[in-house]
Amino acid sequence: MNNILVMPMIIPLLTGIILVFLRHYIKTQRVLGILSSIATVVVSVLILHQIQQEGILRLDFGGWLPPYGILFVADSFSMLLVVTTSIVTGILLIYAFSSIGKQYEHMFFYPFVFFLVAGVNGSFLTGDLFNLFVCFEVMLLSSYVLITMGGRKIQLIESIKYVTINVLSSWFFLMGIAYLYGTVGTLNMAHLSVRIAEVGQGPLLTVISLIFLIVFSLKAGLLLYFWLPGSYSAPPTVIAALFGALLTKVGIYAMFRVFTLIFYHEPVITHTAIGVMAILTMIGGSVGALAYNDIRKIVSYNVVIAVGFILAGLAISTEVAFQGAIYYLIHDMIVKALLFLLVGTMIYLTGKAKIEEMSGLIRNYPTLGWLFFITMLSLAGIPPLSGFIGKVFIGQGAIESGSFILLIAAFLSGIFVLYSLLRIFMNCFWGETIINEDDDVPLKKGMLVPCILFAIMTIAIGIGVEGLAPYVTDAARTLMNPEIYIDAVLQGNR
Amino acid sequence: METLITILVGFLVMIAVYLLLSRNLIRVILGTAVLSHAAHLLLMTMGGLKKGSAPLLGEDAESYTDALPQALILTAIVISFAVTAFLLVLAYRTYKKTGTDNLQQLRGFEDE
Repeated sequence: MNNILVMPMIIPLLTGIILVFLRHYIKTQRVLGILSSIATVVVSVLILHQIQQEGILRLDFGGWLPPYGILFVADSFSMLLVVTTSIVTGILLIYAFSSIGKQYEHMFFYPFVFFLVAGVNGSFLTGDLFNLFVCFEVMLLSSYVLITMGGRKIQLIESIKYVTINVLSSWFFLMGIAYLYGTVGTLNMAHLSVRIAEVGQGPLLTVISLIFLIVFSLKAGLLLYFWLPGSYSAPPTVIAALFGALLTKVGIYAMFRVFTLIFYHEPVITHTAIGVMAILTMIGGSVGALAYNDIRKIVSYNVVIAVGFILAGLAISTEVAFQGAIYYLIHDMIVKALLFLLVGTMIYLTGKAKIEEMSGLIRNYPTLGWLFFITMLSLAGIPPLSGFIGKVFIGQGAIESGSFILLIAAFLSGIFVLYSLLRIFMNCFWGETIINEDDDVPLKKGMLVPCILFAIMTIAIGIGVEGLAPYVTDAARTLMNPEIYIDAVLQGNR
Repeated sequence: METLITILVGFLVMIAVYLLLSRNLIRVILGTAVLSHAAHLLLMTMGGLKKGSAPLLGEDAESYTDALPQALILTAIVISFAVTAFLLVLAYRTYKKTGTDNLQQLRGFEDE
């Protein structure tokens, strides 16, 4: 019993509701938004600390003991993601202040960002499969509004694709839940795990697990990513960064949760399927990242590659690989947000989106150029930056378990990431400058500061990885040993 | 009874898939609506139909009906209502902006 657990979801939710009524007071909205983000970060860090001392925490709503009631469960894995989500959102809000424009701020931009965060944090924290569906829908409905906000032609067209595919996968999710409830008669994740371990994961349950695999693959963009590049390159920069940093990660989280806690008995079928899909995702993402000249498309395909890479860690499924995947997940949320911001800023400065139309930006905007350089190195996994440690651990896990094909695919994808970003760097930042000093668009401080904050974070995580290690080790240990999670939730009353 | 309803769910899914694959935007939206009904009906069936009396303490019955699927469906219906309403508005806005509701013509707007 611990009421603080609900705060990471309730604070954004209440903030969103309050901001709806403050529609015309933009200054107040901004101040409240920042304060609420800071509050969420502080609360999440407190919970993360408490978990290290007291073990996994849970909150039974209405006092209904599990497995009967709905509950929130916080282990290190979910809280690490909640902390990262809250920090990333806070920094993205700062970028929004100077870039999003009055029109959006009047049309409830801030409330919907907070509703989105409430859904994301709720999905990370919930311990009930149906509640996960509900939190997913909270998140998705806000994302539908955010992607269409502004109503440009391209946004409307892309959002139809995005909304339809997500509605379809949501109803798949509901059918999976129905089958699971009909088979084992419970929806509490820990209880599901116990019951499935009792009856054994037969062919029927494995088929149900594959339905969940399809659902979460659609949400995460694992192999079924065809909708992703289009819809992530349509909305304004901040919204695209929010999507690129957070949305696919929720699908990845759900996949980790379901396939380490509930359906972990038939790795030959499920985890092999995930491995094959991860490889195909990395190949497809690499092809896409090299094929396009539109920088927004290139970074969207980079999101796809990262999804494949993180889920390679799940397919390998050893403790070291889990550690690597968690490190990389945290790193990716931060660096993808940074990458989307940088690309958006480049488009804002030049008014163009094709790489061959830009040149010599580093002469006009040196800080921006160096920030892009750091991002590129971080994504490629160069040592002092945050991408390195995740790659090392996933590589180590792959070698230990002998999954060499995954290893090769994962590391080759790193080279393609580097090459696709180098292409942007060399074409857009190097060479003769196309902008004269006179009609040089000034780079706003409000746009540069968030980028610098993200860059500091990626360097800090890379150098101070020791500080993060106890949390990640604990998270990986819990993923590897589902009993820890089950004991914490059910505490003997099975 | 359960078998019958399951077959009905299958029919609904079949209709939904047919509608979803058509080119007309409104038909696609109707398809998602029908699909959501199929999912709700499946949830209901999976809990078992008509097995006992209402799950209230006052009722002295041998067995009680499982109330959980109904709670789940209620939530799912609200969500599907919201999503369908949003999709309809989105379709209308798209039609106003592009002048077509044919999905074949809605692809490939490379630039603004």
